[in-house]
Amino acid sequence: MSDTVSETGGDYTADEMMTVTAARTLRDGMTCFVGIGLPSAAANLARATHAPKLVLVYESGTIGAKPGWLPLSIGDGVLAQTADAVVSVPEIFNYWIQAGRIDLGFLGAAQVDKFGNINTTAIGDYARPKVRLPGAGGAPEIAASCREVTIVLRQSLRAFVERVDFITSVGFGDGPGARQRLGLTGAGPQKIITDLGVLEPDPRTGEFLLTGVYPEVSAADVQGRTGWELRVAPSLAQLPAPDSAELSALRRLMSAEPSEGASR
Amino acid sequence: MAEIVSLAAAVEGAIHDGDTVAMEGFTHLIPHAAGREVIRQRRRDLTLVRMTPDVIYDQLIGAGCARKLVFSWGGNPGVGSLHRFRDAVENSWPAPLEIEEHSHAGMANRYVAGASGLPFAVLRGYSGTGLAAHSANIADITCPFTGERLTAVAALRPDVTVIHAQRADRAGNVQFWGITGVQKEAVLAARRSVVTVEEIVDELDPRPGAVVLPAWTVSFVAAVPGGAHPSYALGYSARDNDFYVAWDAISRDREAFTAWLEREVLGPGARRAGAAQ
Repeated sequence: MSDTVSETGGDYTADEMMTVTAARTLRDGMTCFVGIGLPSAAANLARATHAPKLVLVYESGTIGAKPGWLPLSIGDGVLAQTADAVVSVPEIFNYWIQAGRIDLGFLGAAQVDKFGNINTTAIGDYARPKVRLPGAGGAPEIAASCREVTIVLRQSLRAFVERVDFITSVGFGDGPGARQRLGLTGAGPQKIITDLGVLEPDPRTGEFLLTGVYPEVSAADVQGRTGWELRVAPSLAQLPAPDSAELSALRRLMSAEPSEGASR
Repeated sequence: MAEIVSLAAAVEGAIHDGDTVAMEGFTHLIPHAAGREVIRQRRRDLTLVRMTPDVIYDQLIGAGCARKLVFSWGGNPGVGSLHRFRDAVENSWPAPLEIEEHSHAGMANRYVAGASGLPFAVLRGYSGTGLAAHSANIADITCPFTGERLTAVAALRPDVTVIHAQRADRAGNVQFWGITGVQKEAVLAARRSVVTVEEIVDELDPRPGAVVLPAWTVSFVAAVPGGAHPSYALGYSARDNDFYVAWDAISRDREAFTAWLEREVLGPGARRAGAAQ
């Protein structure tokens, strides 16, 4: 898809709109489990703007990391050097995620379905995949045990499917009651943030509804890039464009150069 | 008790065709030089175990060393796909690759069980996912105290674990710090181990958060300065992010990869890290 939002004639990109929208959902002081890419950008943007006490946790075991630029990997040196604590990998998963100490987990996806189930394993048949994806990583347990989850991905017919080809991480399973039956302790995905707007689950059915759209985006545009019959919330929110403070903070972050040395 | 030897001797002594080999290091301290030495010694039919196969196993898989991969996340972090891994899974090139996949939490707990001398570990995980159907090492279990339904994962017991650390002393005690990942568990779970280090020092002075592996838990130590590159050793080097980005083009194309392999690993001009102590 095109990188700029041509419809708005505005001076921000679709990725910037997504990142700013994701950052706005983060509350100061919460603990946030972040992966690399857009989630890391959103979490660091929130920390640079309205949520200076946001606690960033990366799966490399760095808790309370405060990078001054965006790391390429979840284990760049700057994360360890700025963290409140660095713990082992078994510990980060057992003591911190599994025990329910993380408020919010950010997850990406190659495919997501209307119940917020995520596929990052394989497109097509598992044994003979059309596309072999990276796999689970930390996502299944993040999806299971963080208090809530936000899914971030670009909206397309390929990605937003009626049923995912493989369930790597569970959202609301096959619908109401599934999480309880499976013993999943967290509340599950509460938002899907895309480059067109925001989807949120119907609390009764677990099905994701369109609840907000960005400037110049219509519900029909979103349906055009959704592979299931998308229901629209009765009060569809018009989500505001990034303001200048958000944009300049984000661009500063994106262009910040690593100054990591080999100091002992 | 640890023997201090050359990298070539350590690999020769510890890793044999058909072995189950775990090379660990979570983004930080990845034992890349040892991986290239395994390719150079043309080991075959290895079962490679690693949470994040990463560029190191992309190289070993592309070079034809692996029969099977046990893993939890197979991408090039922050960059994209591991193309040699994908080519092996999707097209059986250069050889078919059997896979067994887990979540990070599952793999970490499998190492914990191995290090603990237990047959399995318990976690709250995998429930509702498609993963359990494809592995004989994941099973439901009921808590005998509360009745809660949990998941058991079988212990990992590699024949050999290979790690990179910042330092060892002359007795072979090993010390590493920063992001310490799952290396302690992986070494203690294995029958044999190889540790490459940035330097060998007279005395290991204390470091905040450092893990120390006593010499009697390690089989071989080899001094290989820069042996984690393109990964890094905190306090000694920075992650070479440009290489990870460049790997995408090198690995995407079989010919480009084969040329890289010949130039950087197998050919007469290839740099042999840790050849001399």
